[in-house]
Amino acid sequence: MIKFIIKGILRDRSKSIIPICVISLGVFITVFMTGFVKGVLSEMLTTNANLDTGHVKVMTKPYYENKDQIPIDLALLELSSITQDLVSKFPDISWVPRIKFGGILDVPDASGETIIQGPGLGLGINLFDTSKGEIERLSLKKSLISGSIPKEPNEILLSHDFSKKLNIKPGREVTFFGSTMEGSMVFETFIMSGTIRFGNPVLDRSTFIIDFTMAQKILDMGDGTGELLGYFKTNFYEDSKALKAEYAFNETYKKSEDEFAPLMVSLRNQNDLGTTIDLVGSFGSIFVSIFVIAMSMVLWNTGLIGGLRRYQEFGIRLAIGESKNHVYFLLLLESFIIGLIGSFIGTFFGILSCYYMQETGIDIQDALSNSAVIFPTVLKAKVTNDLFLIGFIPGLLAMFFGSSLAGRGIFKRSTARLFKELEV
Amino acid sequence: MNREIINLKNLSKSYNIAGKPFYALKEVNLSFVEGEFTGIVGPSGSGKTTLLNIIGSLDSPSGGEAIVLEKNISSLNHSESARLRNYNIGFIFQVFNLLPVYTVYENVEFALLLQNFSQDERKKLVLQALEWVGLENHKDKKPDKLSGGESQRVAIARAIVKKPKILLADEPTANLDAENAHSILKTMKKINKELGTTFIFSTHDEKVMKYLNRTIILKDGNIEKETKK
Ligand SMILES: Nc1ncnc2c1ncn2[C@@H]1O[C@H](COP(=O)(O)OP(=O)(O)O)[C@@H](O)[C@H]1O
Ligand SMILES: [Mg+2]
Repeated sequence: MIKFIIKGILRDRSKSIIPICVISLGVFITVFMTGFVKGVLSEMLTTNANLDTGHVKVMTKPYYENKDQIPIDLALLELSSITQDLVSKFPDISWVPRIKFGGILDVPDASGETIIQGPGLGLGINLFDTSKGEIERLSLKKSLISGSIPKEPNEILLSHDFSKKLNIKPGREVTFFGSTMEGSMVFETFIMSGTIRFGNPVLDRSTFIIDFTMAQKILDMGDGTGELLGYFKTNFYEDSKALKAEYAFNETYKKSEDEFAPLMVSLRNQNDLGTTIDLVGSFGSIFVSIFVIAMSMVLWNTGLIGGLRRYQEFGIRLAIGESKNHVYFLLLLESFIIGLIGSFIGTFFGILSCYYMQETGIDIQDALSNSAVIFPTVLKAKVTNDLFLIGFIPGLLAMFFGSSLAGRGIFKRSTARLFKELEV
Repeated sequence: MNREIINLKNLSKSYNIAGKPFYALKEVNLSFVEGEFTGIVGPSGSGKTTLLNIIGSLDSPSGGEAIVLEKNISSLNHSESARLRNYNIGFIFQVFNLLPVYTVYENVEFALLLQNFSQDERKKLVLQALEWVGLENHKDKKPDKLSGGESQRVAIARAIVKKPKILLADEPTANLDAENAHSILKTMKKINKELGTTFIFSTHDEKVMKYLNRTIILKDGNIEKETKK
């Protein structure tokens, strides 16, 4: 019987091709949008994590509270022992220190007179210890516009925009003016090695990068750092793990009298990223729910799976002695098969498009030029495992709901009514 | 004397129309024996379809009893009444009700799918049924390629392919011209004779009358007159 019914469906386009198209389209949109939005959101998390927040970040409490002022005077001391402690407590996280500091870059002429100067945001990162992976993390090589990445401690890397503002090219000497951790004056001469563009307006405005150890030295920080960033060795942010680490670490310092006690803050609790994380998690389900409802309505209302045309067949089948239950069961089975086919097609194209969008992406750099948040400049989809499944939920459910609604007619009407409707 | 296979006792069917009961059938008493060729004759709205649907257990009575092949129609559940139809009752409708996507052969075969026939048995039965109605050469056509008379023949073949005891035909000639109507009736008469199938028709078609062995005239849900040949 089922073979017979399927044969009939395949021969009747309005019963097969059109519902399959509707399902495929819905599944396609679900898969693609989910992949795209999740891609963008998780890219946003990755960008934030790499450029700023880490997966978790350890600072002193007052530093955290005043972090907008880049307060190196509130730095975290005894970096080596804290790092050691962290490594043993959280073996699946790797730790890298960074120093953020403010100051002025001054471009002198041959006689040492200032030609031009401008305030900048300094970033001391591990440029020479490749095991720390900072060059990859900040994708310095990819972002390089001119010159090269510093090879010597006295070399400095400028954001391209900043270098244009100062009107200098690689090879040029610049002097950094600032203050040490203790508040004394610093001036140190660097040689500009190259320029980079992060693709992020916040960082591109006036960032300059020097080596971490050099920063420690000139800012007189001893064995200290502004921030200590932790990254899961898997390279993926795992919210629950991060929160657990955050809780466990902070618990040990809860009773500490030291007002400069270290504090761990997870990515979730930085830069208002909590909502983004929640959205990444729930976006799929939100989208799926909307589509299940919308598509069931479309399928049912257009009568693609029910309707009078179908009732003729049901009527005949009842007349030849098929039971209502059996008719209903086959209707559901049949919609399951159509749903399955549609889901396969939709998922296939959805993933294909996501894959394409993962490789190319949409460049929104221009639209972002005034943005104050760290946001990826290229919107990319992300092909994840769950994308392979997510389309089947609306695909199958919509067909199922639609059929259930349509099939209710079999039971609601008395058998005789079904026949009366045939007598048009 | 042939066995009685249908017995209707004080059978009533009422519908609620604007809060008041409306009787489509009023206390009908009738019985049918095996091998009858009977017509229920009456104008439109007289209750013919209602009567046939109850006999075929597509509908249930609101009063009285309908005993069909020793089964009380009112007491059957969905699957029991489906079973009764599956094994014992064939239907022919006024509109031909062929499934447009299937061939003639498949439309007839459809009726056999609920029973456990092997493919070979099905083939034999279907070809035999098509032969009875003279359509063996049209078996691969789709219904839209058939004339009205041919379509109704397919419907007859579908109804008799299972060799049911009872064949219910609701105005089978209403949509046919005279020539086709006569030829359909001859076919049914032949089947009635050869297979012993009990035929119950509804009709208000004069042409049908002369073929009937027994005529029951229905008016406003009552039996007005009954004649036997
Ligand atoms: N479902 C229903 N609801 C209300 N009235 C109905 C229903 N079915 C049939 N009737 C009424 O019952 C009467 C008999 O109908 P029917 O058996 O179809 O007559 P016939 O087949 O002789 O034309 C008609 O007056 C019809 O309007
Ligand atoms: Mg009628």
